[in-house]
Amino acid sequence: MGMTMTQKILAKHSARESVEAGEFIEAALDGVLGNDITTPVAIDILEERGLGSIEAADKTILVMDHFVPNKDIRSAQNCQQVRSFARRHGIDKYYDVGDMGIEHCLLPEKGLVVSGDAVIGADSHTCTYGALGAFSTGVGSTDMAAAMATGKTWFHVPEAIRFELSGKLPKYVSGKDVILSIIGDIGVDGALYQSMEFGGEGMKSLSMADRFTIANMAIEAGAKNGIFEVDQAAMEYQEGRGKRTPEIFKADGDAVYARTIEIDLGEVEPVVAFPHLPSNIKRFGEFDKVAIDQVVIGSCTNGRLEDLRKAAGIMKGRKTAKGTRTIIIPGTQQIYLDALKEGIIEIFIEAGAVVSTPTCGPCLGGYMGILAKGERALSTTNRNFVGRMGHPESEVYLSSPEVAAASAVAGKISHPEEVAK
Amino acid sequence: MSRGKAHVYGKNVDTDVIIPARYLGATKAEELAAHCMEDIDSDFKNRVEKGDVIIAGFNFGCGSSREHAPMAIKASGVSCVVAASYARIFFRNSFNIGLPILICAEAAESAETGDFVSVDLAKGTIRNETKNETYQARPLPPFIMDMIKKGGLMAKIASEKEGGR
Repeated sequence: MGMTMTQKILAKHSARESVEAGEFIEAALDGVLGNDITTPVAIDILEERGLGSIEAADKTILVMDHFVPNKDIRSAQNCQQVRSFARRHGIDKYYDVGDMGIEHCLLPEKGLVVSGDAVIGADSHTCTYGALGAFSTGVGSTDMAAAMATGKTWFHVPEAIRFELSGKLPKYVSGKDVILSIIGDIGVDGALYQSMEFGGEGMKSLSMADRFTIANMAIEAGAKNGIFEVDQAAMEYQEGRGKRTPEIFKADGDAVYARTIEIDLGEVEPVVAFPHLPSNIKRFGEFDKVAIDQVVIGSCTNGRLEDLRKAAGIMKGRKTAKGTRTIIIPGTQQIYLDALKEGIIEIFIEAGAVVSTPTCGPCLGGYMGILAKGERALSTTNRNFVGRMGHPESEVYLSSPEVAAASAVAGKISHPEEVAK
Repeated sequence: MSRGKAHVYGKNVDTDVIIPARYLGATKAEELAAHCMEDIDSDFKNRVEKGDVIIAGFNFGCGSSREHAPMAIKASGVSCVVAASYARIFFRNSFNIGLPILICAEAAESAETGDFVSVDLAKGTIRNETKNETYQARPLPPFIMDMIKKGGLMAKIASEKEGGR
């Protein structure tokens, strides 16, 4: 029986000819990722059990990104614990203030993940690397601890939904609109335990940034992973970044899918996810005026250079609305620097936005933009659950960078066309 | 066998409401338990007693991978979660830290907060004593039961390493 992309990667990493959906396998891993929230728990777990040796030190990647530069004493102590753990075990892929970035922007940028890899991360958005044609999925701290100790983990082989893409995205429509529309259609558990496999002619029109955004939010449909076919653009993206060589896995012609969903990218519109679920999608024209207190542009979902460039394209020469606090967060130091050199940062500051160093900060209600009771934010992040960005009675709306930038200028949720006439 | 009061919730209960990120500076289970379910049920931490059962709808534990979520639930005294379905990371994390969870949509449909519920994990039976109804979930397989009894995946690995010596 034919295999999907995900199944082929899992077969390779479990040293088997083939695997089938539903099987349990043990797989060797190419990467084990943790951050400053999940790694301290994993370290405690290892140390409680007296498991002093880390077999996978060379595969372990630790990124301090959620609450750095540290927001309080607790977060400083958590980072200190991880820093000292990394030093003690000779983990050289440790990234802290100065060379860190938001983990899922950073790992592909540094070439630490390549096509064909099998990677787990103690962060739910680890599925982002599927944009490169890697199998990557989020786990908890115990799985991370066990994987650092052994270099392996077990998987339940998933069945897949195939997304057949055709057409080309219209102006002001991006990868964020594609994935939000999909989640709106299939629901927040529409791909539960499954892999979402993207391919087809339409893929060509998606930038790597669009693909990272789409794969990133596979978890928001409940999926185990999201994965794209590897094409020339994906290979070019990886050139000269890391030491490891990408390996391309193609789905068999007779691969079995739970279902196939066809998407004409030309039909996708800008959408907004209303509180309190990413599946609560509305198109422009389907809602009345929604005034916004805060706009956030950044995160592992939309903190890449292309995202910032699109937002700046709309904010250039304009001012953010009075009463709409606008926070821009480049995903990595490199993205920050590139944006600076391109003049993008200047555009934001002149528009009245603030620009932060890379951090997950406000996305999960950590710091750098917490909402008060009754406040409303439009954000390019990935979740709009109750209390996600602050007070349990605040609200988060999700959108693309272009819609967010237009809304920052208008002070209410706005279509880019309304602002960038 | 576990027995206690039911705390009933709807579908898509996410890990941000199980343990809000503002408390993620804490890494110890007891400290996390003091804020368990805070943003969806602010009185939960006062009402919950040892042995109680959380009953919920589809996609319980969706969102963030934070293991702090099942840790907080377990340390708050909850003996078992019964839900119509689970988000995959929460599902895995729960067994890994030794929190028993069962899948049963029927049990979630009729239960009300405050009902007395008893759960037999090995048999997969959920009895709502207040409503005098019994539901059947798929029982937990022996290797998962063994993991839960020992206190989770790492405890199991450690005990097997010792046993092998």
